[in-house]
Amino acid sequence: MRRSILLTVAASATLALAACSSGNGTTGGDDAAETDGGSPATGATLTIWTDETREGPVRAAAESFTEATGTQVEVVQKNYDDIRPDFLAQVPTGEGPDITVGAHDWLGELTTNGVVQPIELGDKADGFEPVSIQAFTQDGQVYGLPYAIENIALIRNTDLAPEAPATWDDAVAAGQAAGTRYPILVQTGNEGDPYTYYPLQTSFGAPVFAQNEDGSYEPELTLGGEPGHAFARWLAAQGSAGVLSPDVTADIARDAFANGESPFIVGGPWLLEDYAGMNLAIDPIPAPGPETAKPFVGVQGFYVSAQSKNALVANDFLVNYLSTEEAQTALFEAGGRPPALTAAAEKAASDPIVEGFQAVGADALPMPSIPQMGSVWAFWGVTEAAIITGQTDPVAGWDKMVADIQGAIG
Amino acid sequence: MPTAPPTLDPPRARTSHARDFGPGFLVKLVLMAVIDALGVFGLLACWREGSMGIFWALLLLLVAANYVYFSKRALAGKYIYPGLAFLLVFQIYVVGYTAWVSFTNYGDGHNSTKEQAIEALLQQNERRVEGSAAYPLAVVTDGDDLGFAIVDDGRVLAGTAERPLEEVDGATGADGQAPTVVPGWTVLSYQEVIARQQEVTALRVPVSDDAEDGSIRTQDARTGYAFTPSLHYEEQADTMTDALTGVVYRPNAEGQFEAEDGTRLPVGWRVPVGFDNYVTAFGDERYSGPFLRILAWTVAFAVLSVVTTFLLGLFLAITFNDVRLRGRKAYRTLLILPYAIPGFLAALLWAGLLNRSYGFVNQVLLGGAAIPWLTDPWLAKLSVLGVNLWLGFPYMFLICTGALQSLPGDVMEAAKIDGAGRWRTWRSITLPLLLVSTAPLLISSFAFNFNNFTLIYMLTKGGPRFEDASVPLGHTDILISMVYSVSGLDGTAAKDYGLASALSIVIFVIVGTISALAFRQTRKLEEVM
Repeated sequence: MRRSILLTVAASATLALAACSSGNGTTGGDDAAETDGGSPATGATLTIWTDETREGPVRAAAESFTEATGTQVEVVQKNYDDIRPDFLAQVPTGEGPDITVGAHDWLGELTTNGVVQPIELGDKADGFEPVSIQAFTQDGQVYGLPYAIENIALIRNTDLAPEAPATWDDAVAAGQAAGTRYPILVQTGNEGDPYTYYPLQTSFGAPVFAQNEDGSYEPELTLGGEPGHAFARWLAAQGSAGVLSPDVTADIARDAFANGESPFIVGGPWLLEDYAGMNLAIDPIPAPGPETAKPFVGVQGFYVSAQSKNALVANDFLVNYLSTEEAQTALFEAGGRPPALTAAAEKAASDPIVEGFQAVGADALPMPSIPQMGSVWAFWGVTEAAIITGQTDPVAGWDKMVADIQGAIG
Repeated sequence: MPTAPPTLDPPRARTSHARDFGPGFLVKLVLMAVIDALGVFGLLACWREGSMGIFWALLLLLVAANYVYFSKRALAGKYIYPGLAFLLVFQIYVVGYTAWVSFTNYGDGHNSTKEQAIEALLQQNERRVEGSAAYPLAVVTDGDDLGFAIVDDGRVLAGTAERPLEEVDGATGADGQAPTVVPGWTVLSYQEVIARQQEVTALRVPVSDDAEDGSIRTQDARTGYAFTPSLHYEEQADTMTDALTGVVYRPNAEGQFEAEDGTRLPVGWRVPVGFDNYVTAFGDERYSGPFLRILAWTVAFAVLSVVTTFLLGLFLAITFNDVRLRGRKAYRTLLILPYAIPGFLAALLWAGLLNRSYGFVNQVLLGGAAIPWLTDPWLAKLSVLGVNLWLGFPYMFLICTGALQSLPGDVMEAAKIDGAGRWRTWRSITLPLLLVSTAPLLISSFAFNFNNFTLIYMLTKGGPRFEDASVPLGHTDILISMVYSVSGLDGTAAKDYGLASALSIVIFVIVGTISALAFRQTRKLEEVM
């Protein structure tokens, strides 16, 4: 009886193996045929994670890389929001990519978890905008190849407001004079939007973390105290005056500006594709406080996995192929984010809209990438929204928020 | 010793259908061949990737499958084997893994193994020697060892890991480019370099006998730089030493390297922490207060959702079951529409409809009222229940319609003959009979709503926030959305998979217990029959 079990198992297994082996034979033939064109194949395959908007240019750079070196590149398109958690979860298992696209403010989390490795740009670093390299630097080491710098600014509909407002009150007055439904649009939502509100906060002199002289951040909260209270009181006043409201979600703000319902919106270059055909100008964000309104600068770039088995090829691809003016310009054209490579950025600045964002970005501060930044968001926006609606007393609410963030940082 | 009574051998069939070579057996053979093919393919793939855990599990399942389907002794097994296999893979393994994670400190800063943490720390702390130059570089070999040949001020220097750099005469190459010919060394082609890339990345060629000068390394096999490590790992002692200050870091119980003064190196690793996560969930007052409130709301939400959707569904089912109603097929189709819209989309739509200033409900239906549907604690709860009612009643309507149509007519007739009124018939006959067939579905509906993450996340994100709590949790958060916030998956907090897993296990125990008790109760319903 036992023998017959073995026999039947063996029979089915043989069938299975036969099916497998014939399959393998044909794919092997295809592989050989593919590499006929360029350099001899190296056998290494580089895996790159990218999102939808960057897939095209990365693929183009990858093709020229394959042509020159014979190394195959597999470009994997992923949902942008999934890249960070998946990268953190998969790199330790050895399943992650060799290179991933990412924002500079992930850096703290990526290094604490040991999933990225430093890259040496050498003299090439001088070709990039200093803020972009600074953003990817931690403890003196550069961890990413920057390719785009993005920040928010005031987008103005020149048909409704011919002149740039100097202060926040000017902007509100100009908006009311224009007779539109909203004097000025700042996207908020019930959870708040501290990123969009940050320039307004910095104008009161309340940045989120203390900065060292070289621009790096210390995990010491600086958003409390009198400047923070002044900002909170201002939020409450604007809320009761009806200028700011949590009911204005990102979608509502975006549509309202497109429909000409306000002369101003605070937002980034990613909004522009909805506003094709409108007459726009890009201005500095009008400051409600005594200081300049400085938004956060976000830098987009590429990271190399700490567990990459193709680290050599990955570095070669980043440092020698994606840092070229051609590749950086292609990435700019695909995503509309101003390039980080100075030569490409200057070329892009021939467009006054891009130049406008770059001018505001020159004043701006890189978003902190220290790990403690991750504990800030959850409390920050919700408190701002609650102060605007009047649910929370501005000063007490702001103080509780600072205490809660301090508690979460530990 | 009493002798056993002689037993009669049960009559055994001469052939069992386990190996009866009929047409059925052939079908089975082909199906098993396909399963074995997939299994063997999976085994080979696991072997190649070195995933031995999956390899052994798969092998076990495969062997068991072949035994169950080809042996005479495992007749009963073939009915339950597929279910058991899927239960093992998709339920028991998942619960087991979650339980295991809940006893570790897996999360931000403790993301991986100790080996990888050490590797990452060394990677992050190898620094370029200040003011050193960039050298054009070629990868070379002296026959045995790999080495680098670099160009420094027009001179060509070469060396290996064992032999510090020495000048080589007669080397050629374009100015400012990597050398192409180095006497005494073989220059590797790009393809050869890539084939040995891990050796190349790991190679450090000392600049001189003095370790202070650093070692040449390359990251792209085109340019070399002098690096010095600022951290040393002593394998024997299992300690990290800072090269500049000489401070020694030792591994501590929390999975981090710690110096005597308490400073820690940033990258840690996963270690078992016992019941710490459970203690935090119940003992840390930042979590325990909101936890009880959220638990109460979760139970209320799940129970009320089931009750309201069931009552509305039942009411409509009875109404549309009346033969006197014209066009009831059309009505029924319309009623099922909310069920046809994906839940997450419907919840998002409702979030827009209920916006305080611009939502359709306030603007059009209520003539411009500013009712804070989603931002007032009680109204938000009401909105969640209302939207879930809208989403859930078609399901109850469907199952109630089905159950009503299968009620035996003779019992109804008997009730009528006995003189029972309409209400009496409904109370004593219809409802109990209906509950017999729908109660298990109500229990599963309860379990589903207990973990109805999509609705909460898409509609309110758990808001409005508790004003008196110091964690990012709100009035409409249910346990599973609390787990999502606590684990930091939404990107608003540091990740803590250990705590999140501990909370998940608590949820599992609660849902499991309630369901088990409820199923026991439903048996009593059947006694009505």
